[in-house]
Amino acid sequence: MEDSRRRFLKIAGIAALGMGAAPVIDAVAASGGHGAEPHMRKGADALSAKQWGIVIDTTKLDHEKVEHIIEACHSIHNVPDISAEKVGEKVAKRHEVKWIWETHFHNAFPNLPSKYMSEAVEESPFLVLCNHCEDPPCVQACPTQATFKRPDGIVLMDFHRCIGCRFCMAACPYGSRSFNLRDPRPFIKETNLAFPTRTKGVVEKCNFCAERLAVGQPPACVEASEGAMIFGDLEDPHSDIREVLREHYTIRRKVALGTGPAVYYII
Amino acid sequence: MLEYAIKGDKKYYGWIAFLLGLIGVGFGFYLWQLKFGLGITGLSRDVSWGFYIAQLTYMVGVAAGGVMVVIPYYLHDYKAFGRITVLGEFLAIASLIVCMLSVVVDLGQPMRVLNVILHPSPRSMLFYDMIVLNGYLLLNLVVGWNVLQAERNGTHYPMWVTPLIYLSIPFAISIHTVTAFLYCGLPGRGFWLTAILAPRFLASAFAAGPALLILLSLIIRRVSNFDPGREQIQTLAKIITYALIANLFFFGCEIFVAFYSGIPEHMDHIKYLFVGIHGHGVLVPWMWSSMALMVLALILLIPPITRQNEGVLAVACIMLFIGAWIDKGLGLISAGFVPNPLHEVNEYFPTFPEVMITIGVYAIGALVLTILYKITIGVKEEVRA
Repeated sequence: MEDSRRRFLKIAGIAALGMGAAPVIDAVAASGGHGAEPHMRKGADALSAKQWGIVIDTTKLDHEKVEHIIEACHSIHNVPDISAEKVGEKVAKRHEVKWIWETHFHNAFPNLPSKYMSEAVEESPFLVLCNHCEDPPCVQACPTQATFKRPDGIVLMDFHRCIGCRFCMAACPYGSRSFNLRDPRPFIKETNLAFPTRTKGVVEKCNFCAERLAVGQPPACVEASEGAMIFGDLEDPHSDIREVLREHYTIRRKVALGTGPAVYYII
Repeated sequence: MLEYAIKGDKKYYGWIAFLLGLIGVGFGFYLWQLKFGLGITGLSRDVSWGFYIAQLTYMVGVAAGGVMVVIPYYLHDYKAFGRITVLGEFLAIASLIVCMLSVVVDLGQPMRVLNVILHPSPRSMLFYDMIVLNGYLLLNLVVGWNVLQAERNGTHYPMWVTPLIYLSIPFAISIHTVTAFLYCGLPGRGFWLTAILAPRFLASAFAAGPALLILLSLIIRRVSNFDPGREQIQTLAKIITYALIANLFFFGCEIFVAFYSGIPEHMDHIKYLFVGIHGHGVLVPWMWSSMALMVLALILLIPPITRQNEGVLAVACIMLFIGAWIDKGLGLISAGFVPNPLHEVNEYFPTFPEVMITIGVYAIGALVLTILYKITIGVKEEVRA
C-alpha cells in the first residue's frame, strides 16, 4: 500500500515536471547517469538579476490602491486572514500574519519624521514589506539556513526546514516577519494551489514573488500597483528601476543600521 | 552511586511524586501547545520571544553561577569549597536542563530541532549557544560524577579530569556570554544593543546562582546529616554581595547611557519597563518590585551583622533570587520587543498554559537536582560515617 502510493507520487511528480514548462529539473542524464548530478535549471522565461529591488512611489498610492495591492499579494500566497470576527480582537492582533501591509510614515520611518510634517505625507498610506536586504540580519541569525539569500538578492525561506525558533524575527529591524502561532489553513479564504500553504510553527514573509519571477512575471504587488511600484535589478545601471532612482529622491527604511534595504520610497 | 537515588524515606518519595505531578500537568499543557501551536501563549507577531526564552536566559545564569565555587576551589585552592563544588556542578546540570527544555518548548517545530546540527550555521549565535550549553552540561556531568566517585572511594579523582575542570571555567563564562550575544548583536533592538549586556548577565548570574546555592545548602543542612558548612555559606554570601553590586552598577551604567544621551531608541524600552509608554505598562509594578528586592537584598548583604545571620541571609538570598528573576525572566526579553520596530506598542504577558508548561520544565530541573543531590548527600554521609 505504502509502496504503491510512493510509486504513484513518484510517477505523478515526474509527469508534472515533464508537463511544466519552467524550472526544469535536469535529472540524471539519459546515458545511464554516470557522474551526472541532478541540478536545477532556470526556466526559459525566468527573470534574473544581481539584486532585485522595488521603488514605491508613495505619491501615486491611496488607501484603495494599497488595499488592492495587499490583497493581490496575500491571496496568491495563501496568507491567512486571522480576523477579529473569527477569533476576537486580541487574539487576531497576536496571531496576525502579513507579508505586505499599510502603515503611516512615522511607523515606516520611526527615526525620520519631522516635528512639523507635511500633511500629505502624514496622511498618505505607506506600504511596508520585507526589504530583501543586501546584508540581511535574519539570514545571519537563522540557525538552520532555512532563511537564505539567493544570488539574485531575494531573501527566501524554506518553510520545511524552519524550526520556528524565531531568531530571525528578533533580528529583523523592520518587523517584516510573521510566525504561524496556529494552523493558518482554516483562515485562508481561497487556497491558491500553485503556492504552498504553511503549517503552524514556522516563520514566513514576503518572497518578492520568487515563484512568479521564475516564470517571467513581475511580483504581484508591482503588477497590482499599476505603475506605483517599480521592480528591477538594482545592480544593473540600465534597468528601469535605476532610471527611476536617478530621477527621484528616494529614502529607505533604517539605513543607519547598515542592512542595505532594497525597497526604496519616493515621498 | 545511583543506588542512593532510590534509597529514600517517605518525605523524599513524596517530594519526587509531587514533582512528577507537576511535570505531568506541564506535559499535558505542552501536548495542547503541540496540537494548537504557540498561539496558546501570550506571544505575538511583535513580541516573538517571551517567557520561555526568558527562562533560558535566567537559568543559564544560575548554571554559570556554579563556576563561583569551582574557581575558588580549583584555581585558588580555597579548600573549604571542596565540600560544595559538586553541589555547584550538579546545580549547573539541573539548570542547563531547564535551559534546554525552555528552548525546546519555545520551538514552533520541535521535531525539526536536529536541523540545527544537520545544517550547521556558524554565523548564527544559536549555533554557538547549542555548542556551549551542551558542552558545559557534559563537562559538569563528567567532572561532578568523577569527583564525587573519587570522594566516595577515598581517592583522588583521575588526572584526566583536571583539564576538564579548567575547561569548564571558560565554558561557564561562555554560556552566559553567548546567550547575551543572542540579543545584543541584533540591529534595531535598542534595548539589547549594548556591550554591557554580557557583563551584566554574568554579574547577575554570579549573584543569583550562588544565592540559590546558599538556599539549597541551608535546605540540605535541615533535611540531611550533611552540613555544607557555615564558612562555605559565608564565603558564597560575600561573592553574591560583590556580584549584586556589580549587577546594579552595570544597570546604572545602562540607565546613564540611555538617558544622558537621550536617544529615544534606547530610552523607550527602559521607559516602557519602569513608567510605561503610551499608556501601556503591564510590567511597571514588577520592575519596581525587582529593583526594590535587589536593593533591599543588598542592604541586608553588605553589613556583616546581617550577612552573618543565616536567617537574614536566607531572606536576602530569596529577595535577590526573585528580584533577578523578574529582571531577566520577565522584563528583559519582552521589553526588547516593546515598542516594536515600527514603534507600535503591543504588550506581552505570559498566559496560564505558558506558565504551567514553564512550571513543568522547572519541575524536571528540580527532579534532576533532587536526584543528583540525593546521591551527593548519600556519598557525603557515607564518607563521614
